[in-house]
Amino acid sequence: MVAVTVFGSLARFTDDKTTVEIEASNLRELLEGLGEKYPGLKPQLKRGVSVAIDGRVYNDSWFQPIEPDSEVVLLARLKGG
Amino acid sequence: MALDSKSEYDVRTFKVVGTRVQRPDGVDKVTGKARFGADITAPGMLTGLILRSPHAHARIRSIDTSAAEALPGVHAVVTSADFTPIDDDDFTDDILANCMARDKALYDGHAVAAVAASSGHIAKAALKLIKVDYEVLPHVTDVDKAIEPGAPVLHEGRSDETVPEGASPNIISRCEFGHGDVEAGLAKADRVVERSFKTEATHQGYIEPHACLAQMSTDGTADLWCCTQGHYMVRNTCAAIFRMEQGQLRVTASEIGGGFGGKTTVFLEPVALMLARKSGRPVKMVMSRSEVLRATGPTSSSSVDVRIGMTKDGKITGAFAELRYQGGAYPGSPVEMGAMSAFAAYDLEHVKTVGWDIVCNRPKQAAYRAPGAPMAAFAVESAIDELAKGFGLDPIEVRLKNAAREGTKSSYGVTYPAIGLEATLRTARDHPHWKAPLGPNQGRGVACGFWFNFGGDTCVSLNITPDGTVTVSEGNPDIGGSRASMSMMAAEELGIPYEKVRTIVADTGSLGQNEVTDGSRVTFAVGLATIKAARAAKAEMCKRAAMTWGIDPEAVEWRDGAAHATGHNAGEHPPMTLAEIAAIASNTGGPIAGHCEANPEGAGVSFATHMVDTEVDPDTGATKILRYTVFQDAGKAVHPDYVEGQFQGGATQGIGWALNEEYIYGEDGTLQNPGFLDYRVPVASDLPMIDTVILEIPNPGHPYGVRGVGETSIVPPLAAVANAVSEAADVRMTQIPMSPPRLLSAILAK
Repeated sequence: MVAVTVFGSLARFTDDKTTVEIEASNLRELLEGLGEKYPGLKPQLKRGVSVAIDGRVYNDSWFQPIEPDSEVVLLARLKGG
Repeated sequence: MALDSKSEYDVRTFKVVGTRVQRPDGVDKVTGKARFGADITAPGMLTGLILRSPHAHARIRSIDTSAAEALPGVHAVVTSADFTPIDDDDFTDDILANCMARDKALYDGHAVAAVAASSGHIAKAALKLIKVDYEVLPHVTDVDKAIEPGAPVLHEGRSDETVPEGASPNIISRCEFGHGDVEAGLAKADRVVERSFKTEATHQGYIEPHACLAQMSTDGTADLWCCTQGHYMVRNTCAAIFRMEQGQLRVTASEIGGGFGGKTTVFLEPVALMLARKSGRPVKMVMSRSEVLRATGPTSSSSVDVRIGMTKDGKITGAFAELRYQGGAYPGSPVEMGAMSAFAAYDLEHVKTVGWDIVCNRPKQAAYRAPGAPMAAFAVESAIDELAKGFGLDPIEVRLKNAAREGTKSSYGVTYPAIGLEATLRTARDHPHWKAPLGPNQGRGVACGFWFNFGGDTCVSLNITPDGTVTVSEGNPDIGGSRASMSMMAAEELGIPYEKVRTIVADTGSLGQNEVTDGSRVTFAVGLATIKAARAAKAEMCKRAAMTWGIDPEAVEWRDGAAHATGHNAGEHPPMTLAEIAAIASNTGGPIAGHCEANPEGAGVSFATHMVDTEVDPDTGATKILRYTVFQDAGKAVHPDYVEGQFQGGATQGIGWALNEEYIYGEDGTLQNPGFLDYRVPVASDLPMIDTVILEIPNPGHPYGVRGVGETSIVPPLAAVANAVSEAADVRMTQIPMSPPRLLSAILAK
């Protein structure tokens, strides 16, 4: 299980929890697991998110490994100029 | 492939990287030879022009184009009726609706029709013959007024699931970040500052207006030439709008006269393509400066409330910010970036930000350098400055006391790896600028800034030519010196002179998908791909040398631009240079190239500290910038001239934002200053030389330690200048721009 920190405005879709546990060994499994366990997150997941794994931000790399003790933080999708 | 960011960096001594080689595009640009968007031509091309709404908000009852179509020389007229809405993709559908208004014009300058004619004069005459029947509606251009009860509503049903029930329909989304208990933290403070701040919309202000040339063939293929920060984005967006296969549309990027985020979307291109399709002729479109200001993306204006508590020894105990950003007429302001970055420079136990994305009757905002962050930093850094000075504390020491460092849990949730904020602050504190004396009516301001940086899809093809020179093809328009930087990294890796490498920006038919030139990603991501492509080419050249020598490839290594036989049983072989291997490539297996197709994620975050001295004329409210120094962590600076240029450019744009630049709307909701005479950007005579101090703290996610530098430099200046002006004028300025009338009013109201 991986502990995932979700940002505050999404907590209403995760039973008011800002940290949730998901069975996942990579980014793809994490995103799918979040949507399955908390369907209310699906609109945000569809709009796009970034995920920080151990301090580094990933946008798209499905198979980025996630260790059970990794720090995983769900972020709004990063934009740049 | 995804690249493992943890294992990329390797300490090394550089020979090419870090030097100040001649830029490859300089001569062409200063002699007028460089081909920008408006320089592209095609035989038989038509001129395309757009009719724009004169109203801030109006229902379009009907559009009669018959007289325009009947005018000799007119070959096509286009309205929204020619485009099919995209029902399953709101993001792209909003882009399309912004390119051509449908049932409503949502801002002054919104496109409502377009013509293609055999000359510009005929096109202008045709625009005058188009009859649009408008029902003028109430409008709103202020972000706070847009969410008041009874405010004019732009769209119904666009609020997403994060918006509370009963909220204004003009609120599109709400976001929240942070941790701890802010109220408990504030209760521990010796003083709490509570302030509201406002920033005006500013335009990216690129010198080159948008321009493109579109051509559509009868077989369904099409070509576009345009100035853009991302021609792959243009291809994909236009293909979606036209329901084309992406491979049937080839987009070629011209030279680009600045973008700063404003050219990360499309405005003209779908219209030009539709005119080309209807006319059967190539169509060229070039915006005027007025069109650029009225109808292309400025950044958001903002309204931010801040509460920060501090003990008398300078420790921040709690921090809160509520940010309201208007994104123009469509969803998508960068408020999430503002909310995540607002307190990212500090190590805080109790912190919370709330952001609201709001629509107004203004042009659809587009990204602008570190989108969303400068406005948030203006509010936060101003409040911290007020607290520090109120306690009689050194503003830099206060920031050092609270600075985020390795292991800090950031306000947006991520625990930082090694970061460079403290280094920028200590360097600033020890710099002569910090201790230089000030005169009457002068003030000094300091502020910190943060930006995320990211990577994204990237393709690089590196080819060894038969004479031993090297060409690098990349897919990102060069807006900040990337051709020089890629050539330098390729030369470094191959061990050959910089002059032997030429980098070009390839069209969309030549490489795979490439992310837009944004997010300070190119030197990081494309550089990483260039290095990997060079390594692939080196491996192949070692293999060719081994074949020639009749030894195992494992017994060959590459150094100093040549293959060397190094194994115990390799025998004695003189090194083979890159040129020697290239010359016999046909005999050893054919042309030699290296490729890298990757999505390099793991770009390192970046921090900066800015310091500025200002002098305020108490009689007029005019502000003069006396001295300005930028301290920023760049990771490895590949070409220091370009890095310094990014620092100076960001600071200069921030100074303009702080002091003069603003969108001014009349009572009727029309833009009053759509030109550079009235929309005043800083010019050289307004500024001192912007001094720069490059700190090189390697990014572990890149082989050479490179991190993005282009965006962080615009984050601190708004607050740094405001802090300096507030000190010089002895009045806290909470609204920018601090134009002479606004500053004089504040001085007189003291």
